[in-house]
Amino acid sequence: MLKLHRTSTLGIVAAACLAAVATAFATSPQAPQDLKSLKGAIRVDGSSTVYPLSEAVAEDFSKVAPGVRVTVGLSGTGGGFKRFCEGQTDISNASRPIKKSEIDAAKKSNIEYVELPVAYDGLSIVVNPKNTWVKSLTVDQLKKIYSASGTAKTWKDVDPSWPADPIKVYSPGTDSGTFDYFKEVVVGKDGKIRADMSVSEDDNALVTGIAGDINAIGYFGCAYYFENKDKVKDIPIDGGKGPVAPSAETILGGTYVPFSRPLFIYVNRKAADRAEVQAFVNYFLDNAGELADDVGYVHLPADLYARAKKNWADRRTGTQMSDEKGEGKPGTLAELYK
Amino acid sequence: MRADRGTPVSTGRRMLMNRGFLAVCLLVTTLSVVILSVLIVSIATKGLPWIFDTAAFKASFAEGGNGMGGWREWFRTGFFTDFASRRANQAGIRAPLIGSIWATAICAAVALPIGVSTAIYLEEFAPRNRFRRFIETNIRNLAGVPSIVYGILGLTAFARMFGLFGSDGAITIGDPESIFYFALPFGQSVLSGGLTLMLVILPIIIIASQEAFRAVPNSLRDASLALGATKWQTVFNVTLPASLPMIMTGAILAISRAIGEAAPLLVLGVPLFITTTPNNLMSDFTVLPFQIFNWAGRPQEDFRGLAAAAILVLLVVLLTFNGVAVFIRQKLHRPLS
Repeated sequence: MLKLHRTSTLGIVAAACLAAVATAFATSPQAPQDLKSLKGAIRVDGSSTVYPLSEAVAEDFSKVAPGVRVTVGLSGTGGGFKRFCEGQTDISNASRPIKKSEIDAAKKSNIEYVELPVAYDGLSIVVNPKNTWVKSLTVDQLKKIYSASGTAKTWKDVDPSWPADPIKVYSPGTDSGTFDYFKEVVVGKDGKIRADMSVSEDDNALVTGIAGDINAIGYFGCAYYFENKDKVKDIPIDGGKGPVAPSAETILGGTYVPFSRPLFIYVNRKAADRAEVQAFVNYFLDNAGELADDVGYVHLPADLYARAKKNWADRRTGTQMSDEKGEGKPGTLAELYK
Repeated sequence: MRADRGTPVSTGRRMLMNRGFLAVCLLVTTLSVVILSVLIVSIATKGLPWIFDTAAFKASFAEGGNGMGGWREWFRTGFFTDFASRRANQAGIRAPLIGSIWATAICAAVALPIGVSTAIYLEEFAPRNRFRRFIETNIRNLAGVPSIVYGILGLTAFARMFGLFGSDGAITIGDPESIFYFALPFGQSVLSGGLTLMLVILPIIIIASQEAFRAVPNSLRDASLALGATKWQTVFNVTLPASLPMIMTGAILAISRAIGEAAPLLVLGVPLFITTTPNNLMSDFTVLPFQIFNWAGRPQEDFRGLAAAAILVLLVVLLTFNGVAVFIRQKLHRPLS
């Protein structure tokens, strides 16, 4: 606490009165009297995946700080960053780290940002419950099924001991962050996903499709699997250390690799000087874990929240998820985010 | 017709074809009604429990009442008075419902005068030359443009005002809490939203109004002009009243479309979660189609029920608008000759 106090005061040493407000909130983020008297508006926009979490935080925050008007949009991660980099929003929700083009756009309009991970989202690979032959899959096998150059037309092509029935492939829409993430893991940045898939923007439609087709395989956010455990069967993924099924424990423990991705919020550095934004982000980081579990995501390990809180208190700007050239660094969140 | 050309078709066969055509028409009509009924019934069964608490409703009968006495027990007022929530049983549509009403009202208040005036000019005043044909062709093409394109236009013209005034609310007049508060550029305000929706339906209103003016017999105009009325007096006292029922029908259909639009507002950057309702033209807002889309895509089954309930509310709002249109048409309709 002492350190926190010192750093946040140092950070805004130029504006003495602002610093006083900042330290007040940094040291006692839950002081209800202070929150009750706060006024202002906070604009949050971005990923529709992060939306349920931000909505939950904003909902609870509006009860403790009724004077602050928080609005949360869902323009998508890319659309949200576009507005964020033009200075139109205070906080951007993102289901992936900021990209090179967005880093450049922010630089161009002199926007600095604090990068804060808030939760994990896992991808579930699922098949029809009547599918008795698939016990687990490796990333290579997924590549055979999903890549454009993949040769697998029937299950037998993936594993000779499986039936010679055609594989019916399902996938979320190609504009979604879920698709982007899956594509990068399975076929790499420059690879191509096959075109003959049943594609739907609505993950619930994927669940219905896979539940009614014995030869189906598909993937979507774990939240959709957790809600439909009776309709579809999840496939443990062998990332090199034996098959692992997605669950809160395996995602949290980092053993469900490589299909768990971190969700972020990016806070505008200038907006971070405003008392209501400080209070909101403090509240976000304090409650993100519990609320993430509530809305179907997985909370981060405690030390990652601690790192996020420290970076927030230090107002550490820039991204840690990519190198100087803007290329995404390989590795998990726990390895990259310091 | 074919008989005239020398290929005789017996009366019996012609009658058969007549009956066959009737059967096809009936089949198609029934099919569309059946599909619609299936949709409405499935939405109603999913959504009604979120508006009416069925267990409490049954209980109110069991106690010997007529079900109406304790309506507060079974009517979930919270669905209309609460803001969005992550807990399905506490979630309501207050912000999107009121936001939709605001945006649609602004849209109608601006689109109707502009649309009808344009139609009056084009039909009654404009010389029949190339320029008029050019404008008419453009309007007809605009009616077919996807609404998302109007969203981009609205974003540039209303939300940002071509960047002439800097960012959101760079120039403000009055107190943000007051009803007269005004700011330039409009940003993601309900005024921006209403005006963007106005762009979407303006071509439809213009075309409908033009058709309405064309349907007024020329004898009426000639009679008015022969009595010494000016062109303006003729339009205002004769043509406009005579065409008003038809204009209203077109306008209401257009406004019904505006209520259901989500794409142009999404481009505008209108948020979904919001815990206030508009108190002036510059307020943030959200609309029902957004909320429906978001709820329908959630993994939890309960939210799909909420989406169905919100769809029912949207349907009721639409039917009310159409009802008003029918009422006005009946009220205003007078035989023209």
